[in-house]
Amino acid sequence: MHSPTPAAIMRQAKRPIALATRGLTKCFDRPAVDALDLTVYCGEFYALVGPNGAGKTTTLRMVVGLLRPDAGTIAIEGIDALADPIAAKQITAWLSDEPMIYDKLTPFEYLEFVAGLWRIDSGVAEARARELIGWLGLEPHAHERCEGLSRGMKQKVALAGALVHDPRLIIFDEPLTGLDAGSARQVKNALRERVAAGATVIMTTHILEVAERMADRIGIIAHGRLIAEGTLDELHRRTGKIAASLEDTFLTLVAEPVATA
Amino acid sequence: MSQSGTLVWLASHELRLSWRDWVAMMTVGHRRRMRTIAIALVVVAGFMHLMAYSMVRRYALTGIEPDMATLVVVTGIMLLALSPLLSQAMELVTRVFYSRSDLDLILTSPVSPRKIFSVRIGRIAVEVALFAMLLATPFVNVMAVLGGARWLAAYGVAAAMGAVATALAVALTLALFRTIGAKRTRLIAQIVAAVIGAAFVIGLQIAAILSYGSLSLSPLQSAWLIAHVPDIGSPAWWPARAVLGDPAALILVAVISIALLGAAILIFAPRFGDDVLAAASVSQAVVQQRRWSKTFRCRPVSRTLRQKEWTLLARDPWLMSQTLMQILYLLPAALFLWHTFHSGTDAYVLLVPMMVMAAGHLGGNLAWLSISGEDAPDLVVTAPISAQRIIWAKIEAVMGGIAVIFAPLVAALAFASVRPALAAGMGILVTAASATLIQLCFRTQARRSQFRHRQVSSSRIATFAEAFSSIAWAATSALAAAGIWLASLFLGLIAISILAGVWLINPPDTQAHAAR
Repeated sequence: MHSPTPAAIMRQAKRPIALATRGLTKCFDRPAVDALDLTVYCGEFYALVGPNGAGKTTTLRMVVGLLRPDAGTIAIEGIDALADPIAAKQITAWLSDEPMIYDKLTPFEYLEFVAGLWRIDSGVAEARARELIGWLGLEPHAHERCEGLSRGMKQKVALAGALVHDPRLIIFDEPLTGLDAGSARQVKNALRERVAAGATVIMTTHILEVAERMADRIGIIAHGRLIAEGTLDELHRRTGKIAASLEDTFLTLVAEPVATA
Repeated sequence: MSQSGTLVWLASHELRLSWRDWVAMMTVGHRRRMRTIAIALVVVAGFMHLMAYSMVRRYALTGIEPDMATLVVVTGIMLLALSPLLSQAMELVTRVFYSRSDLDLILTSPVSPRKIFSVRIGRIAVEVALFAMLLATPFVNVMAVLGGARWLAAYGVAAAMGAVATALAVALTLALFRTIGAKRTRLIAQIVAAVIGAAFVIGLQIAAILSYGSLSLSPLQSAWLIAHVPDIGSPAWWPARAVLGDPAALILVAVISIALLGAAILIFAPRFGDDVLAAASVSQAVVQQRRWSKTFRCRPVSRTLRQKEWTLLARDPWLMSQTLMQILYLLPAALFLWHTFHSGTDAYVLLVPMMVMAAGHLGGNLAWLSISGEDAPDLVVTAPISAQRIIWAKIEAVMGGIAVIFAPLVAALAFASVRPALAAGMGILVTAASATLIQLCFRTQARRSQFRHRQVSSSRIATFAEAFSSIAWAATSALAAAGIWLASLFLGLIAISILAGVWLINPPDTQAHAAR
């Protein structure tokens, strides 16, 4: 991960915002997300990391409309996602760590269904689907029911489903879970390509190395709050461990009391 | 505590699992409900005993002589009871093969597979025997209280029937495995179990209709049958004699049933391991899907959603077997229609409630699969479609499925008489819509694979509301078909009040769908 120059920082300040949450709150038995303010810019690869139960997945599930927040606002590319969820969903893709697909459909049928939900022209959608199927190595299985596929294959089908409607904001929750090394690299390349093409990627991961290598900025969340955010260098500077790995920095930051954040 | 790895240790493990499964089923995962459940069970047991009292009181007071006619009827009733037991045992045996649960753990342990499956077969036998004894309880208790303790022997016969049903089910399922393979057995065993469960009842009804034009047990009392069965000293009557309290017959029946179960365990338990491994590979098997076109089609969103639901329903083997069973149960009714139509009577009105009840049950299944059994809830919720549109598409899928299945039957009925056909058509649509509404009110998030145990994950209120609504609409339709309008209106109001109650308890949240 490279550190942005002052000019880049200035440019970033003028960049349009892909996702903005303000005062986002969700309580279950205890606060899972606590008045979270999060800003992700268009064309950015943003990694959200944090310990188990920190509120990463809850945050993202609220953003994509899978959970209703108790308080706060969510804006996706300037669209109020709570007031106009349909418009927000039209440009968003979600992929969780558990591939949720229909066992009795084939990958081809699944992608056709997803394209239908997003109202993509059938010709365009089919071309994209064939491209994704080929690129993810799903061709031999394109017309087999998903029930016979391995977990990694199912994850690839779900990934193809997330990308087939060409989303501008891609939100992935632990997308590399269950993938072999080759498939994981394919996914990482795909995400970098999407970012290069102007899409925004927000991803949670437990693999700090992935965040370190791929993300433009990293947000560290603990106890439902954003305790640190910035480029890798900025995070290192904050802990005073310039040459440390993200893992060292992360462990130092999450060990700090939340109140100091 | 018994030594680990022994048969006793494994059996205690199985019994503990059975008990916890039963408690989870009864309490729907809320152990605090145990007291309420216990009270409900006492009330139901009391009601069942009252019903049994009204049915068997006169036999208990006057006494039953083990003459030929009695032995034939008792044996017939036992066969009638054996068919659902066999069906249940086949269902349980098939579940052992295909439900992985803890099999991966125990098959990779150093415990002998023969021991494991001996205990599993034993557990099935215990479950089926308890089920048989539970069914018999009200009748046996009433007979024992009024007619003497000798009637308690019937409990022993019920347990023996459970053992025999298990032995037969194991043999039948393994035979299917060997003849048609692991992949096909999964579907065929379900269908066979469903058909066996229904076969004897249906056969009896068909015989009754053809012989007497009514639905009853009367074929068992026919002179022709009595003339053609074995003589009164034959061992064929031992089970019936045991039920009637003959201790020698009871001992013989118990010994034979235990021997049959023991033989099934000895012969088949060692083969179970291989077959379970074969079944395990079925989940990895490839199903190449043929379709007319391998290109994307342009459809409106609602149609896309409906098409998805119908495709998934059509590819669901368990639902197919359930549908087949529903249709099988309609066979006697259809025959009854044909019979009475030709004899010029108006009794075919009786067909209407049967069709409506079947539609209610099937509608509940379809609604659960479409509304609660959504395998990709995240995908549907994050799609740019309103929650109402998704729900409407699912409702349309359920109602469309019901319409396709029942339209031919209603059309056939219309040839016989228009009014019953209209009543049946309306009743079918309304009962299916009611089942769908109940599912909407008590929606749960579940995998489609949990369909077979949907009652476990569903609210008890939903289960009872679905059943009572179906019964109420069936009665409403039947009375409307018979032209008894006032009573029909009254029962219709009861059905509506059931739905209103459901709505008040848990109004459907069509806004949020899965966003909670």
